[in-house]
Amino acid sequence: MATAAPASHRSRSSGGIRRGEGAAGWLFTLPIVVILGLFLFIPVLMALWVSFSDWSGRGSPLSSTVSFIGLDNYAAITTGGGLAERNFGIALRNNAWYVLLVVPLQTALSLFLAVLVNRAVLRGRGFFRTAFYFPSVTSSVAITVLWLFLFSTTGVINEVLSWIGIAGPNWFNDPRGIVHIALGAGGEPGPAALTSGQFLGVTWWDWLAGPSVAMTAFILMAVFTTSGTFMLLFLAALQNIGAELSEAAMMDGANAWQRFWLITLPQLRPTLFTVLTLGLIGCWQVFDQIYTGTQGAPGKTTITPAYLSYTSAFTDQQWGIGAAISFILFLIIIVFTVFQRWALRERAVSMRRRRPYEQAVAAAAAARGKEAP
Amino acid sequence: MKRHTAVRLLGAGALAATAALVLAGCGQGFAGDSGGASDSDDGLTDSDDPIRVMIGSSGEAETAAVEDAVAAWAADEGVDAEVVAATNLSQELAQGFAAGSPPDLFYLSTDQLAGFVENGSVRAYGDLLDNKDDFYPSLVANFTVDGEFVCAPKDFSTLALIINTTLWEQAGLTEADIPTTWDELATVAQTLTTDGRVGLAFGAEYQRVGAFMAEAGGRLVNEDGTEAVADSPENVEALTYVKEHLADGTFAFAADVGAGWGGEAFGKELAAMVIEGNWITGGLSADYPDVQYTVAELPAGPAGEGTLQFTNCWGMAADSPNQEGVLDLVEYLTDTQQQLAFSDAFGPMPSIESAAADWEQANPELAPFLAGSAYAIGMPTNVGVGEVLTDFNAQLESLATGDPQQILQTVQSNLEAVVGG
Repeated sequence: MATAAPASHRSRSSGGIRRGEGAAGWLFTLPIVVILGLFLFIPVLMALWVSFSDWSGRGSPLSSTVSFIGLDNYAAITTGGGLAERNFGIALRNNAWYVLLVVPLQTALSLFLAVLVNRAVLRGRGFFRTAFYFPSVTSSVAITVLWLFLFSTTGVINEVLSWIGIAGPNWFNDPRGIVHIALGAGGEPGPAALTSGQFLGVTWWDWLAGPSVAMTAFILMAVFTTSGTFMLLFLAALQNIGAELSEAAMMDGANAWQRFWLITLPQLRPTLFTVLTLGLIGCWQVFDQIYTGTQGAPGKTTITPAYLSYTSAFTDQQWGIGAAISFILFLIIIVFTVFQRWALRERAVSMRRRRPYEQAVAAAAAARGKEAP
Repeated sequence: MKRHTAVRLLGAGALAATAALVLAGCGQGFAGDSGGASDSDDGLTDSDDPIRVMIGSSGEAETAAVEDAVAAWAADEGVDAEVVAATNLSQELAQGFAAGSPPDLFYLSTDQLAGFVENGSVRAYGDLLDNKDDFYPSLVANFTVDGEFVCAPKDFSTLALIINTTLWEQAGLTEADIPTTWDELATVAQTLTTDGRVGLAFGAEYQRVGAFMAEAGGRLVNEDGTEAVADSPENVEALTYVKEHLADGTFAFAADVGAGWGGEAFGKELAAMVIEGNWITGGLSADYPDVQYTVAELPAGPAGEGTLQFTNCWGMAADSPNQEGVLDLVEYLTDTQQQLAFSDAFGPMPSIESAAADWEQANPELAPFLAGSAYAIGMPTNVGVGEVLTDFNAQLESLATGDPQQILQTVQSNLEAVVGG
């Protein structure tokens, strides 16, 4: 029944008194179709063309002097063997670590905060909601400046660390990767097994370096600024969940942790999907902080593909390469989103419990079939 | 049926919009070629169109000085001219060239020069200048691409050794101790290093460390810019010297003492000496007026004296409809009197030799900067060299633990890709 309805609706709409409705609809949506086409769709197509062309940045990229060079720009950053490839490899490395740390941390923290401020017993809920959300409404440029102050060599963070006897690092000037530091190998060449092989011009040893100390400060900043926004999303979802299931589970003797893990969290799945998707996209596109903060320093450890795309185009006048980087970034985001959609897809029950569940469903259906006239 | 209409409508819309864009693109192209301007004998466009000057200003003093100069010229010539201070010059220039509506005249840096020449954005006009023989030959060389003198050097700066006189005297040093060799530099840096203060600081970048390479007789690319020579024993010697003293704590990079640049390290007295250019004088008088200092030429290395020079030129847009007017304006802006006025307003040194004596007389304490012009090496100008320098600078940050030979080998291979075999 539910699937049949739209079909019958469509067949009716082509004639009778609803005749011409489609045209009217298109007339009303035409302005936005034109605006989106002109300012979004066509520029994207033009950028795609630039990524396949040798446009040098002068005049229109569609003029006759610009020629098609196929995948040359893409080849330069993926197999070129030169500086362009290594820069791209370093940018991907930096951003991959950023995503790997920021996305889980910000999701977990925002969910935790949402559960916290959702509790009816909490005093001053309004205050905490505002306080946690506040960093999200502040401009990222302002927060970056704040961060540069907090994390300077003589800044507040290092001052606090010194109270507990830790000599804080020179945060935004320390290019050592935190994994290397943890291994006690910061700055030194790694084992030959890892330094001999490489991918995108960056050795395996450097891929495994972890985010630099400077990038770690940015990671903390991203978690700090975005958790508030995602907390709001989780909060809205939490307030839509009825209390009945939790109460029923309580009657069955489920403790608070079980109720959260088995009752509340599965119901938050659509929100979780939204938060993870927005988080992934935002993290792969990180730009403002880098542009206003470190410009890729120290030791290129805060370069990201988005920032590299900008500098390649505007500073180094490699417009094709800049466009190619942004389209590879686009592909990366698509792949991650699709993977994530697959990983979080709706499943009736977990694999482990599937068989007994299916048997139960079949039995129920058989029972219903007998009852029906 | 409905779907059909949708596709057709969308297709038509996209087609119309594309057509509009293509036409717009072509329109700009044609306008740039002719623009109602007639070409004169020397191939420059000539019209009465207003002139737009875009500068990457160091501050209000510079903006005001350029505005005044351009306004004075415009009043004399009866041409409209305006000055725009860009917030991000390279980005705004790139946008202007891409859109076909660049500023007529603009500051052009050495690392962007060749790229803009190559893609035809910039008009080479150096040989048309009346005062072309007055510019320092090293500056002319810096703005020469493929044997063609592209644009008039605006002004220039060199690196020198800035010494905190108060700390110098406290350490029991006299004027006779001002270092003239690497050994002497190491000795005084040692003397001046105390708890919480290093003897000598400078930025972790080729633009400072390169001075040591010059003193050792090394360069990144050979003089005519056709060969990469980064991986030389001279450069290894220079980096090894710097590394050695970074390791013993008498030298330090500005970032490692918690300063944004050498001037800040010097002003906050985190370093007793720094290697910086002319611009430090403005920074110190504005932010740290109490710090007493003296300027000395950089000490000579194994190959003699050496320093680096930095300069911008006045770039002329190939698409400008009034190039004759622009040329006239450049001659006005680079003449002796005007350059001395600029120097007075915001500090750089005149790019013409005829102003040298006057400048030295007006700024006797800064004479070592000018003396450096005799042996200074300019920044390389090859297309794509900016990226190589960025990479080199990134590696220099870890010079204290790095291997000079290995760093220079990377730079060499990166440079070879840029300079061409």
